[in-house]
Amino acid sequence: MFEIVESRPLGPDVKRIVVRAPRVARKQLPGQFVIVRVHDRGERIPLTICDSDGGAGTITLIVQGIGKTTRLINALEAGQGLLDVVGPLGNPSEIRVHGRVVVVAGGVGVAIALPTARALKDAGNHVDAILGARAKDLVILEAELRAASHTCIVTTDDGSHGRRGLVVDPLREFLRTGPPMDLVLAIGPIPMMRSVAEATREAAIPTVVSLNSIMVDGTGMCGGCRVVVGDQARFACVDGPEFDAHQVDFGVLAQRNAMYRDAERVALERFREHPERDLERVPRPLDSEPCRLAQRHPEWNLAAGDRTSAESSHPDAILRDPTT
Amino acid sequence: MTNPLKPKERAKIPRQEMPAESADLRRSGFCEVNLGLTPLQAHTEASRCIECAHPKCVEGCPVGVKVREFAQLVQEGDFAAAAAKIREDNVLPAVTGRVCPQEHQCEGACILGKKLAPLGIGYLERFVADYERNAGHVSLPARAPATGKRVAVVGSGPAGLSAAGDLTLKGHDVTVFEALHEPGGVLMYGIPEFRLPKEIVRSEIDNLRRMGIVFETNIVIGKTITIDELLGEEAFDAVFVATGAGLPKFLGVPGEHLVGVYSANEFLTRVNLMNAARFPEFDEPVYACRDRIAAVIGGGNTALDSVRTALRLGARRTLVIYRRTEKEMPARLEEVGHAKEEGVEFLTLATPIAFLGDEAGRLRAARCRRMGLGDPDATGRRSPVPIEGSEFDVPMDVAIIALGTGANPLIQRSTPNLDTDRRGYIAADPETLRTSRPGVFAGGDIVTGSATVILAMGAGRRAAASIDAFLRNVPSRSEQAVAAANPGS
Ligand SMILES: Cc1cc2nc3c(=O)[nH]c(=O)nc-3n(C[C@H](O)[C@H](O)[C@H](O)COP(=O)(O)OP(=O)(O)OC[C@H]3O[C@@H](n4cnc5c(N)ncnc54)[C@H](O)[C@@H]3O)c2cc1C
Ligand SMILES: Cc1cc2nc3c(=O)[nH]c(=O)nc-3n(C[C@H](O)[C@H](O)[C@H](O)COP(=O)(O)OP(=O)(O)OC[C@H]3O[C@@H](n4cnc5c(N)ncnc54)[C@H](O)[C@@H]3O)c2cc1C
Ligand code: FES
Repeated sequence: MFEIVESRPLGPDVKRIVVRAPRVARKQLPGQFVIVRVHDRGERIPLTICDSDGGAGTITLIVQGIGKTTRLINALEAGQGLLDVVGPLGNPSEIRVHGRVVVVAGGVGVAIALPTARALKDAGNHVDAILGARAKDLVILEAELRAASHTCIVTTDDGSHGRRGLVVDPLREFLRTGPPMDLVLAIGPIPMMRSVAEATREAAIPTVVSLNSIMVDGTGMCGGCRVVVGDQARFACVDGPEFDAHQVDFGVLAQRNAMYRDAERVALERFREHPERDLERVPRPLDSEPCRLAQRHPEWNLAAGDRTSAESSHPDAILRDPTT
Repeated sequence: MTNPLKPKERAKIPRQEMPAESADLRRSGFCEVNLGLTPLQAHTEASRCIECAHPKCVEGCPVGVKVREFAQLVQEGDFAAAAAKIREDNVLPAVTGRVCPQEHQCEGACILGKKLAPLGIGYLERFVADYERNAGHVSLPARAPATGKRVAVVGSGPAGLSAAGDLTLKGHDVTVFEALHEPGGVLMYGIPEFRLPKEIVRSEIDNLRRMGIVFETNIVIGKTITIDELLGEEAFDAVFVATGAGLPKFLGVPGEHLVGVYSANEFLTRVNLMNAARFPEFDEPVYACRDRIAAVIGGGNTALDSVRTALRLGARRTLVIYRRTEKEMPARLEEVGHAKEEGVEFLTLATPIAFLGDEAGRLRAARCRRMGLGDPDATGRRSPVPIEGSEFDVPMDVAIIALGTGANPLIQRSTPNLDTDRRGYIAADPETLRTSRPGVFAGGDIVTGSATVILAMGAGRRAAASIDAFLRNVPSRSEQAVAAANPGS
């Protein structure tokens, strides 16, 4: 069990949660993600690690509630937990000095782009950020992205905040007028990433996208996350999630991501009608095994005390003991 | 000699038939197919053993289970003792009794099989293991005094589990690290419920927990913790890598990314580990098979497990597409028979050369090519040769690629100086299972490529023996600390 130590809304249907996961926190690098399962009947979904604190043993996730599992996560409060968190998975972003880097982030993509933008800036790049959303109240993490860049332009589809238009509009201006760009990093909805890739293709500006294909294990075992890059099948979880935008077949990605549309609708409907069915399965810290690493670090102060994992995770193992 | 029957009388007893759920009932659910022998049947079957002085069956078993002795105990009616006898060599009898390819191993070697049907060794093994579990009297072997040495086992498939079991008995402190959220490896995520009920795997793992083994799930070695860290700050004295061959192979033909095309690993993981058959009670979905056509590409156990799973998810037509003939299929014979009873169709000497989809990217058909059989290849099986111009389309909505698996490179890439072979499997000595890194051992599918449960368990056993020998020659951490504190003493 991985305890949620903080949970706070960032915008409509978007939350920032801080989770105690010491082993992941120690290792995380920008661009990496975890796979999370909320309860014993839950699905496994990937979420980018937005930030981590090795000392406190926590990671920060930013979750946009779009379907059943993300909405369930966003319904949780501090003190509750996630049954499984595994990571850090995926390749870290390549952090080096490129020169001028433009980070284009749309929707919840800003959560994924933020740690990489920050690391690129810290490495000595000049970072220009473009942050887009449909409307003002959907703009999240603006202050954080401003802090992680030298300049930051906000666009909204309806002009309710920043400039009216799409994120590629300022990018096209950069292409026409600005100093040359050495790298474009685009993270967001598939149509957005596709249009950024098209915009930078002709000028052959190195462009990287982070792909959000459907995942199960996140370790290269199932192949469900495969994407077509340069006519080759690649596994987003172990070969990515970042790829050369100009090589990616976004059409295939969009089709594959729609694979479970019907089931997703059913699951969300069911959750809306009976949230309690899921909420009562959500683990609480006292229910389950403490992390062994945490046992050696009392400062992490786990609520679960010092029971061994053998006892606590399988209560019925004791019941079945023939000697009792 | 305890068998009261004369050899002639024994020869007259027919091999007992495994009672099975009716094919009709099977099609609509995930209940186990084989129901297990009755005690009377088990006794009768065991009486067929002619108790050879040099039992070939024992030689035929990769871990040398003492078949003659345990069959004798069954015949005497001491089922618990029979189970304990098997456990001396095999820690997962309820599993191997169900999934071993007995026809190529113990039963293949049985002398009875020369003229009559071989002894039903797998059935008997399963019977006594189930008896023991149901009676609630699994007698766990005694543990040697604690050695103070710590071993990390990476991967909780049969190789990892058997090594962990043996190492614990030898007194070492064992932690098993597993990437997924539940231990068991292929036994948990690959082999379906109808062939190997998950409850059995869980109960075997509980037995290991009771022996003192600690399981740490959700830890990907190479990502969450590296091998170097296990041997360093995590303070393990030795590591056994048993990560299996989990990398799915694809055909590499056009259209393989279409919606509806799965690797067998993904399809089976969704249904077995994630319980997708019970969606929406469980959250993980699987692409709809109900009233549709599902085909599997391949002819091994994985292929048959996949196609029979699709059938149980409600597919109206199910096919196995295999490039050689049924004779060359690597699947267990029994599974082929069961699949046929259930109505699975076999399209042999054919292979897909492309998958065709609609405008939404959904699979509609596979374009297949007919194959002929040429000369025998390295495995002794005649190799398939494509027949040009023989293309034909097979309509289907779901295609499951079950062409075997390769080595997942995660650990190899994150561990400096760990040698691999040309295909990316970890190089390890076949006897000592030592790798190029001192203190790091490897075995099971990650060394041999996809093999069998029993071979993986055999590797685990050999690894345990070799690691035990290795640990005897290294001072434990606490001894090292004392030595460092008192230099020169
Ligand atoms: C590497 C990676 C990092 C991600 N990081 C974040 C993040 O930091 N914050 C965030 O809010 N979202 C992130 N996502 C997306 C997030 O995983 C999905 O929104 C989530 O899985 C949706 O699940 P659901 O049940 O709420 O919605 P559903 O209704 O089940 O699905 C909605 C859509 O999400 C996608 N999806 C569904 N299941 C999965 C799955 N198992 N794996 C991946 N995608 C799936 C599909 O495209 C689907 O159409 C990331 C995805 C990937 C691949
Ligand atoms: C569908 C299917 C059906 C089969 N049917 C049969 C059968 O009927 N009879 C038979 O004898 N054999 C059968 N086999 C083959 C048999 O299951 C395997 O040969 C055997 O399981 C190999 O055991 P293993 O311990 O080497 O690896 P696995 O069982 O593959 O276990 C490896 C474990 O390591 C974990 N792991 C991997 N990487 C890491 C990492 N980096 N960190 C932590 N953990 C990791 C994996 O998640 C997995 O749990 C079948 C295989 C499949 C896929
Ligand atoms: S998620 Fe299974 S291989 Fe990538």
